[in-house]
Amino acid sequence: MHVQASEFTRVSTEPGAGRFPAAPEIEGRYHREHRGTVGEVRLDLPRMRCTGVDVHYGDKHALRDVSLDIGMNEVLAMIGPSGCGKSTFLRCLNRMNDTVAGCRVSGEILLDGKDIMAPDVDVVPLRARVGMVFQKPNPFPKSIFENVAFGPRIHGLARSHAELEEIVVSSLKKANLWDEVKDRLAHPGTGLSGGQQQRLCIARAIAIQPEVILMDEPCSALDPISTAKIEQLIDELRRNYSICIVTHSMQQAARVSQRTAYFHLGDLIEVGETDQIFVKPRHQLTEDYITGRFG
Amino acid sequence: MSDASETARTSYARVEAGMKRRRAAERRFRFLGKCAVGLGLAFLAILFVSIVGNGYSAFWQTRITLDVTIDEATIDPAGAREPQVLRTADYGALIKQSLRDMFPEVSGRRNRFALYGLVSNGAGFDLRDKVLADPALIGRTISLTVAADDDVDMLMKGHIDRRAPESDRRIKDNQLAWIERLETDGRIGSAFNVDFFANGDSRDPELAGIRGALMGSIYTLLVTLGLSFPLAVSAAVYLEEFAPKNRWTDLIEVNINNLAAVPSIVFGLLGLAVFINFFTLPRSAPIVGGLVLTLMTLPTIIIASRAALKSVPPSIREGALGIGASPMQAVMYHVLPLALPGMLTGTIIGMAQALGETAPLLMIGMVAFIADVPGGVFDPATALPVQVYLWADSPERAFVEKTSAAIMVLLLFLATMNALAVLLRRRFERRW
Repeated sequence: MHVQASEFTRVSTEPGAGRFPAAPEIEGRYHREHRGTVGEVRLDLPRMRCTGVDVHYGDKHALRDVSLDIGMNEVLAMIGPSGCGKSTFLRCLNRMNDTVAGCRVSGEILLDGKDIMAPDVDVVPLRARVGMVFQKPNPFPKSIFENVAFGPRIHGLARSHAELEEIVVSSLKKANLWDEVKDRLAHPGTGLSGGQQQRLCIARAIAIQPEVILMDEPCSALDPISTAKIEQLIDELRRNYSICIVTHSMQQAARVSQRTAYFHLGDLIEVGETDQIFVKPRHQLTEDYITGRFG
Repeated sequence: MSDASETARTSYARVEAGMKRRRAAERRFRFLGKCAVGLGLAFLAILFVSIVGNGYSAFWQTRITLDVTIDEATIDPAGAREPQVLRTADYGALIKQSLRDMFPEVSGRRNRFALYGLVSNGAGFDLRDKVLADPALIGRTISLTVAADDDVDMLMKGHIDRRAPESDRRIKDNQLAWIERLETDGRIGSAFNVDFFANGDSRDPELAGIRGALMGSIYTLLVTLGLSFPLAVSAAVYLEEFAPKNRWTDLIEVNINNLAAVPSIVFGLLGLAVFINFFTLPRSAPIVGGLVLTLMTLPTIIIASRAALKSVPPSIREGALGIGASPMQAVMYHVLPLALPGMLTGTIIGMAQALGETAPLLMIGMVAFIADVPGGVFDPATALPVQVYLWADSPERAFVEKTSAAIMVLLLFLATMNALAVLLRRRFERRW
């Protein structure tokens, strides 16, 4: 399904007809037109299975007919130029798009075989199972402890304060942040450095024991050293969680992910093993993107 | 090569030529800004000087010391010391008697009347309170210091010119002579005006106090705060965080904004029609005043609260929702605490407006002359700005200083309220 030959067609344009006369062929080559997906979108044992997901923002068709599996204990990287729909797709996976006014999502998204799009599904427990880390570190303006403890507390995961402390400590340890903050748990979370804040947000997300962690460009606001720490952390977290990461950095996608999905103008163009995508892309658009011809 | 550097030089020359004009514009703007600030400060200074200059003397009251013989035959002929009898006895007669004793030469009804006019009408009540507190005083002669009449007070404070022709002053020549004798006897003096802070309104300026109006304002504002803050914050939270954005909520928003601009007297009319005529709540009561001012304050607080909620970064909401907080939890734990300082600012502005509001209170009867200090929100009361209006409207010279003093109390109340709110805001504003 959806593994079909490229429907990619070249639309001829008169020289100078586009908005950028200097590169008319770009205008033509990347003209918007629905395309199928190249590569294997299905896995044998998926954690999440998306079929025919469409997203509209008002009149804008932001995501078209996307089908994709997210495996157990894998890191799936989503790449593509700005506005290609990768973040939109990510936000479908825990229904964060519900909070956006004028956003309509259709299609089927299964988490462990259950449709999360069904009208009777409560998004609150869903988001406890599918955690999210955002582009800009957004710790709550409270203490480090409170930041991590908030999730377990509202979900009633800890029966006592001791248990809560245990969860906080283990989450901070899993997020590789414990050694840096163990002496100042009562200090404000917003006082940490950017990289530490992002790891705090990851600790906050894993404190509620999710099955899937969604990361929306988690390193775009960070320096290379912080980025390296987060990437290492993602690799460690893979053992216990499924991770979807949206990234603008192709090097990062290549470093952390096992599978990569390439989005383009609302279409899922190509999915495959990360090595294959970066070494032998099968679709012309993927190749153009990873070789830096646009993006 | 020369072309490029030539262009650079000419454009630099143009920039340099324009700099003078730009700097001048900047200087002009700064000067205007300073002028505006200076003008504002000057007017503020004039306001304070005129109010304090007029009003400070109201905090002192001329008092006259009398030797009063508490004659048993006058106040308790039966000698039973029954409280009922003691309470209704004619203490004024004792005061008058002591004045006659002090000036035995005064004869004739008109002259005696002028003599009695030297002390306040309230002197008898002071004496009554003393006797009721200690009935053993009956039969003895005590030295009693009572408030002087407002005209005497004005004379002592220099507002009445002693050298003016007799027909031009309210203190006549004979009274002036008696006062001068009291002065030489050291029986006339000045003391802190406790009555001003302890009494309700009165037709006699020397007895009139601000307490009734102050308590009325406090009760009114308590009702206003108690109703408008929770209502407005809930409305703002609902509209901003939960309500769908559609034509109806847009309509509501427009209406709330318009409501903030409705003249306050209209709210007074509404209060009269709805709360007094329909719900038959008591007239002149702080509860009705509070309800009316709540209507007036609500839009102000709602608008400020919505602005405060809007200014909370969406990333905080997303963060909370992203780990599975329900929208309610996200608002209660994270959004509301961050928005609270802004909401409090709006509340201060709204409450300050409500405190200074007179027009709607006129419509619901809080402008009535009420001499008693209200003991609750259902008692008839008036409010500070209304009291200012009432006193400013009174003909007696002594009410001029009372008016200014009442304004001072009003401003002090306002400042206290604002300081409290600023303190509260600081507490909540500790956003790490």
